[in-house]
Amino acid sequence: MIQTLRKLWRNPGGLHLDYHKEISNTKPVVHVPLADELIIPLQQHTGYKPTLTVAVGDYVYKGQEIASHTGFMKVPVHASTSGTITAIEERPIAHPSGLSDLCVVLKPDGKDDWGNARLSPYPDYTQVDGETLRLRICAAGIVGMGGAVFPSAIKLNVHDNIPIETLVINGAECEPYITCDDMLMREQPEEILRGVQIMMHIINTQHALIGIEDNKPEAIAAMQAAVASLGERRIEIAAIPTLYPSGSEKQLIKILTGKEVPSGGRPAQVGIVCHNPATARAIYRAVVLGEPLIDRYLTVTGKGVAEPCNLEVPLGTPVQHLIEQAGGYTAAAKRLAMGGPMMGISLQSDQIPAVKATNCILVSDVAETEQQTALPCIRCGRCAESCPASLLPQQLYWYARSRDFDKAEQYHLFDCIECGCCAYVCPSHIKLVDYYRFAKAEIRSQREAKAKADLARERHEFHLERIERAKREKAEKLAKHKEQAKTNTDDGKKAAIQAALERAKAKKADAAAAQTANGETSA
Amino acid sequence: MMFNKRTSPYVTGKQDVSVIMRQVLYALVPGTLVLIWYFGWGMISNLLLAIVFAELLEWGMLTLRQRPVRPFLSDYSAVVTAWLLAVAMPAFAPWWLIALAMVFAVVIAKHLYGGLGYNPFNPAMIGYAAMLVSYPVQMTIWPAPLDFSFAHIGLGQAVQQVFAGGSQSWDALTAATPLDAVKVNLGLHKTLNEIYANGQFGLLAGQAWQWVSMGWLLGGLWLLWQRIISWHIPVALLGSLALMAGIFWMINPQVYASPLFHLFSGAAMLGAFFIATDPVSASTTPLGKLYYAGGIGAFTYIIRTWGGYPDAVAFSVIMLNMAVPLIDYYTQPRVYGTKRQQG
Repeated sequence: MIQTLRKLWRNPGGLHLDYHKEISNTKPVVHVPLADELIIPLQQHTGYKPTLTVAVGDYVYKGQEIASHTGFMKVPVHASTSGTITAIEERPIAHPSGLSDLCVVLKPDGKDDWGNARLSPYPDYTQVDGETLRLRICAAGIVGMGGAVFPSAIKLNVHDNIPIETLVINGAECEPYITCDDMLMREQPEEILRGVQIMMHIINTQHALIGIEDNKPEAIAAMQAAVASLGERRIEIAAIPTLYPSGSEKQLIKILTGKEVPSGGRPAQVGIVCHNPATARAIYRAVVLGEPLIDRYLTVTGKGVAEPCNLEVPLGTPVQHLIEQAGGYTAAAKRLAMGGPMMGISLQSDQIPAVKATNCILVSDVAETEQQTALPCIRCGRCAESCPASLLPQQLYWYARSRDFDKAEQYHLFDCIECGCCAYVCPSHIKLVDYYRFAKAEIRSQREAKAKADLARERHEFHLERIERAKREKAEKLAKHKEQAKTNTDDGKKAAIQAALERAKAKKADAAAAQTANGETSA
Repeated sequence: MMFNKRTSPYVTGKQDVSVIMRQVLYALVPGTLVLIWYFGWGMISNLLLAIVFAELLEWGMLTLRQRPVRPFLSDYSAVVTAWLLAVAMPAFAPWWLIALAMVFAVVIAKHLYGGLGYNPFNPAMIGYAAMLVSYPVQMTIWPAPLDFSFAHIGLGQAVQQVFAGGSQSWDALTAATPLDAVKVNLGLHKTLNEIYANGQFGLLAGQAWQWVSMGWLLGGLWLLWQRIISWHIPVALLGSLALMAGIFWMINPQVYASPLFHLFSGAAMLGAFFIATDPVSASTTPLGKLYYAGGIGAFTYIIRTWGGYPDAVAFSVIMLNMAVPLIDYYTQPRVYGTKRQQG
């Protein structure tokens, strides 16, 4: 029996789904042998692309930085193993639009040689200040491993004016099929907890809450045992009801603490920082062992693979290699996605590499991916009942469809987390989330266009004003000159003549006086 | 290996418009069976004619509007409209009355506004109201249900009545509905006790009609249990109707009928569970549903008691349909992370 004394809050909406987790979480995690070629995209996080530090033909050690992070919102990337850089080129990556991006292609030499690429370890993190640790977390290339890949060091950079009350660890893993956090919590609870302790040290908080959905009793038990063996009283394990999407950051914070992250804001504004267990483990390894983020747990699952399982994967390993490790495709394999069935990204090819964001490779069969023709919305409101953000999806759909974006924003379009609950329940089979993605993208590009137009207008107005000012100044100068000229013609001139005359008179008088004086002396 | 791309979510639930509509039809069965028990072929002919006309008109309009016919015809929405109209119209209604009602419902109220999902008004109620205003005599002559003579009318006579205008003696067999009887007799300054004494009335309301209402209630509760409808609309509609009736009944029980009488008379139950709950034309926010249905209940009582018609569910529904956009706008739920609801 799992018991939590902790009071939990109820978040509106949500769905009970078919989870299919049992097909992949019964076997221990296997470390994947190296693929023939690793494809490491430079951009594996939210932010700007890091600067490339290697060239084609270079030999790199395992853990060696291949792109550096000097600059804002940049996170470095490291070589997942030792070997030679064979190419630096555009390769297809996991992207909703199927785009390509710059990747470093690494041919492993099979030695898995760290060389001296390890960062200097901090065995006792309590002796190190938070800022140094944050720099280490950034240098180790750590980003949010739940899928959002936001740079962890920035998330841990909290301001003193709002003290952080609680560090929330998101072990909910609410999407169907995915079990990699489940397996990580079962197999590496101590490393996770040590990472949590380091984060608590950095953000200076005395309370951490680890939320885990109650369909993972083994993970909960393992984590509770690890907390007990560490004698850690500041860390609390909370079993939360299984209800999609409780693993969404905002929703989990509400369930665990009753607090709501303000619309458009960040959890730190309500005194909370939220991280994923895999991130916590990566932080532990970066700080205490000096190892950068070069591998991760991920789930390979679905009816389209022969032996669904969890793997420990060097980043950059192509999906095809992972499928082979999971027994290859079955005859039913029809669709490939990175992530879960509710929010994952559809992949066109299995040559795409696993990256820091990859928690799951899902190969679906036909039944799971059937798409029915959409009927008109009958306003039944099931979408609104299921929405975890209390939005009115039927209204958002209406306004997105009619391109009434102002109205869509009034109906809080940007509070939509794209969890897919509304589209799941829709009896008319409308791809609702697509409409919201479309509307959001349109509004963003309109905003950008408007910002550009505003800037252009400001520049133009400034330009006009400058011309105007130049004219005005010229006119003023002219007027001043005229004014002066005028004064010259009247009294000024007379005065000047008078002065000149007087000066001449004085000169004469002086000369006369001098003569007299000379005469006197000569006389 | 290459795959086709799609956008998430990749899984969907089992809900489907046609499934929902079919379940509404199942829920209509108990009340309809009671009606058939009292009116025999008269109700069966209503149903058959209405469904045939509705499907024909639906098919015609879809073809004219160049819409895919099969998915829309198989969504059962026209059948639901037809069924609701059929049980609301007097048994043995002439065929042309039903045909005309279906034209108003399917062609005007539904397709001219854009078809399924776009109609601001409840199609069945538009059909019903248009007929009630245009043909008040034909729409209010309900055959008397109690002596069961109508349940035993043969098919031949029923066909004659429906298609050939019927016999001269038909009028003698009709009776005012309980709501009508109460209204007319109250107008003659009788007390309710005197009115109830004529034997037409049962424990709750009209002796036959209370059982019909029970049938709708049963089906409605099943819909609630199946989660096809939420509790908001039935509870608010019946609640506000009962509240209004209760207040005036306590003031003077001889002039104002009891809440139970109102709940189990006329189209109150049918309206609360089947008509006001039509999702397309109803309010969609939880709070909005309460206002919307509460308004329908209140207007129903007002028109029943002081208005010109014995029953008023159709008019009340149409009136509140008009208010739905406004209600929805001002009853938006508080969105996660925002301070107050809008409006």
